[in-house]
Amino acid sequence: MGATWDEVHEGMEIPTLTKNCSTQQLVYWAAGSGDFYQIHYDHDFARATGLDNIIVHGALKHAFLGQLLHDWVGNEGGIKRVGCSYRGMDYPDRDIRCRGVVTRKYEENGERLADLEIWTENAEGQRTTPGTATVRLP
Amino acid sequence: MSDETRESLITDEMRAQVGVESEPTTLEVDKTSVRMFARAVGYTDPVYYDEEAARAAGYRGLPAPAGYLGTPVHDPNRRAGRTAQLSMEPRRPLKRMLNGGTDVEYLADICAGDVLTSTSAVASVEERQGRLGEMLITTTKTTYRNERGETVAIMTGTGIRY
Repeated sequence: MGATWDEVHEGMEIPTLTKNCSTQQLVYWAAGSGDFYQIHYDHDFARATGLDNIIVHGALKHAFLGQLLHDWVGNEGGIKRVGCSYRGMDYPDRDIRCRGVVTRKYEENGERLADLEIWTENAEGQRTTPGTATVRLP
Repeated sequence: MSDETRESLITDEMRAQVGVESEPTTLEVDKTSVRMFARAVGYTDPVYYDEEAARAAGYRGLPAPAGYLGTPVHDPNRRAGRTAQLSMEPRRPLKRMLNGGTDVEYLADICAGDVLTSTSAVASVEERQGRLGEMLITTTKTTYRNERGETVAIMTGTGIRY
């Protein structure tokens, strides 16, 4: 069971989803998403472009935020919009915490909706992927 | 050199490109690709893997996880498609590119078995002086429709060239 309309209120924080990507997961994501840019799995290539390390795909962090919302609303609810900006890089084998706070609860066109501020943060607490979302609640 | 004396990075050709729709791309959503995407993200909800669980939850088939908008049908005889924003050459060459952000609006369910058609257009082009130097910020809007002609998703992507 996911979140229900009655229990949701503005200002509430939703359960955190913690990720920690192995390099294997990044390769799996490359195959699943079709993004084979080598900075995400080839150390030498990443270094040659000036990076210190291979980096986590921005779109994977967008997908993590999608999972954060899905895990919260479940299959009775749904995701209407997810948007985020890639502000900071994240690296394999480090915690990426996906978090969200409800900023607005309202009804529109017969649907029960909530807007959220969402983000990923690294182990230092920096928000590397800030964004906003709208979900439908049962 | 002050900014006033420099010509805009954005050429007339680039401005003319804004709003021009691309040729359509066909994307397939199938069971294997849904499972692969869900596994890559790390989903544990069985609706993304087990068709019975998906139907029991009210879906037509395995639902596409957020962020999955189908896989383009690969054609080895066609050169890798250049996105609209990359086909435009700014007045001064910019070598590097960053993905600035992704925003997806979902208007209807997308499930395994769907065949989507996408078209995209550059929505805006801006230039900015940032810590990376001269930057060109392009937003591209891509619209996804299913076989029934319903718009299922609209993705806005931000690309940064510098």
